[in-house]
Amino acid sequence: MASWTDFFGGFKLTLRHIGRPNVTNSYPEVKRPKQPRQHGRHVLSRYEDGMEKCIGCELCAGVCPVGCIYVRGLDNPADHPVSPGERYGYVYEINYLRCIHCDLCVEACPTQAITESKLFEFSFTNRADAIYTKPQLLVDDNGFPQRLPWEDWREGEAAMTGGWMRATAPAGDASFEGVVQWSGDLGAGVRAPEAGQSGNRDDAATGTKDIRTSFSRHMSTESQLQEDQGLASFLNAFARRGGKKESA
Amino acid sequence: MMFGTVDPMLSNGTPGVILLIVLLKVVIGFAVAMAAVIIMVWFERKAISDMQSRIGPQKWGPFGLLQTLADGIKLFFKEDIIPQEADRFVFKLAPYLVLLPALVTFGIVPLGGTVTIAGHAIELQVANPPMGILLMLAMSGISVYGVMLAGWSSGSKYPMMSSVRASAQMISYEAALGMSIVTVVLITGSLSTHDIVNSQGGVFWHWNLIRLGFIPFAIYLIAITAELNRPPFDVVEAESELVGGFHTEYSSLRFALFFLSEYMNTVTQSAIIVTLFFGGPAGYVPNIPHLRWAFPILWFVAKTCIFAFCYIWFRASLPRFRYDQVMELGWKRLIPLSLGWMLVVAAFLVSRSWGFGTLSAVIFASSLLSRSFQIGDARDQSPESVLPTVAQRPIPGAVIRELLDGEEEI
Repeated sequence: MASWTDFFGGFKLTLRHIGRPNVTNSYPEVKRPKQPRQHGRHVLSRYEDGMEKCIGCELCAGVCPVGCIYVRGLDNPADHPVSPGERYGYVYEINYLRCIHCDLCVEACPTQAITESKLFEFSFTNRADAIYTKPQLLVDDNGFPQRLPWEDWREGEAAMTGGWMRATAPAGDASFEGVVQWSGDLGAGVRAPEAGQSGNRDDAATGTKDIRTSFSRHMSTESQLQEDQGLASFLNAFARRGGKKESA
Repeated sequence: MMFGTVDPMLSNGTPGVILLIVLLKVVIGFAVAMAAVIIMVWFERKAISDMQSRIGPQKWGPFGLLQTLADGIKLFFKEDIIPQEADRFVFKLAPYLVLLPALVTFGIVPLGGTVTIAGHAIELQVANPPMGILLMLAMSGISVYGVMLAGWSSGSKYPMMSSVRASAQMISYEAALGMSIVTVVLITGSLSTHDIVNSQGGVFWHWNLIRLGFIPFAIYLIAITAELNRPPFDVVEAESELVGGFHTEYSSLRFALFFLSEYMNTVTQSAIIVTLFFGGPAGYVPNIPHLRWAFPILWFVAKTCIFAFCYIWFRASLPRFRYDQVMELGWKRLIPLSLGWMLVVAAFLVSRSWGFGTLSAVIFASSLLSRSFQIGDARDQSPESVLPTVAQRPIPGAVIRELLDGEEEI
């Protein structure tokens, strides 16, 4: 029922927003945690013993809808093999002027060699830099992706490369949800499965940060969680802040 | 004496000290006004971004305080474009016609109490002319010229249309504005801003806000928001819908002058509201030796800040009025209301019996007026009431006969 005091509703709303946290942040300095399954810059993984996972099968190049991947395989040298298989990726190039980050290459890869990190903030200034070659894509000896001068890496962006893949089995069968079907990575070991649609996620194990919390207090009341509604939200926010301080 | 013919104030052997003080007041007043504008722009951007859950300016200076300065420097170095069709002289003149009134109006606002320097009691006010508040009305009249000429001299259709809209709006609201000022002048018995402030005393129930019964203040606040072309009455500029209003063709420093004067007017009008209705620098002064002079200034600044915030709050909260709504509010509501209230105040100042008599007359008249508005609104105002639609218009028989080529009889 509309009453004449509704006129002041707008004034009340704007005044209330002064006390709320800002939705925007100082972007280049402060970055919001990225979505757990963000598609970003590719990473070529290695096994825990340091061997490369790529076997040079060119399936990624074949599936790529924009044709930005160029792979050439070569037989492993007998005295110092690069990958555990018969062949290895001799040339591996991705043209980031074309890549649309659809992750189909990650899906196609039979050995989970090509994965995607969450990094999308890399701005090169010439065309040569746009083409990433194998030494740039391959993880270094610690198991971390190379950090090129024009890339802006932040914490957690390389933690779960190809994270979405670990929500279900690589084959996409929902009954394999939470079952480890992938090989270990250099540096990281066998990565924990990310919870899929069942919702029993272990954010600490997968390094996932919930982006919802930073927006929750700006959502309309219906779409907010129960704990973020009304007066309880202030208490909960206070409690969350206290908890963060302890963990830090 | 040399200045004798110029200014009677200087003819009677005015000591140089007073001349120096006047000069100093002008310089300080100008500096304060400029600083106030810079802070006002920053405050507006910061407050409105908080209301919209944004951060606002933050890169230049602490909390982005120097952002306005940076913008000013940027505008200064931009290319100054004058359209080919423009009337060059008037085009260059117009920004100053808007800026100067804004600066002059700031001069009549009493910023604080009285300070004694070198044996001279100095009012913290750039000038205290006897015509006082009338000067403000005159200046706002001149700034209408600035807006009008800016649009006209641009030699472009849209600024022209916008300036017509702007000046129509500013003139319409000036009537209600003047009428609510008249109530203040009536109760004070003087036009001088200094006297207006002094008559209100220190305690808040002596303020004109309470003494005049809130209505003149409300009318003034609404009318001045429209006069300043600020949201929700910013149909003149409507930056999200129109190109930019009357200053569309202006660029570089000339645009900066318009921008500057707009914000200076906002600050000045916040100060004028405080002067007229909120006792100016009046307020509690604790008995601290050597610091007593500072408290009126603090009170004045605090009160002005509240109104500066109000303008920003309006902008963040209220949607823009349609142009006919702006005109309807001005002519049908505010002008009759302010006129009636002025009559009631005047009558109460004569005697109580006159007051109640006028009050009942005004109530009767306003009920008549509202009934006439009702009848007017109920009238059929659709386009069909003026001109029937094509389907409804009778078709001339000759045309039909020609179409049918005489095959059928009608």
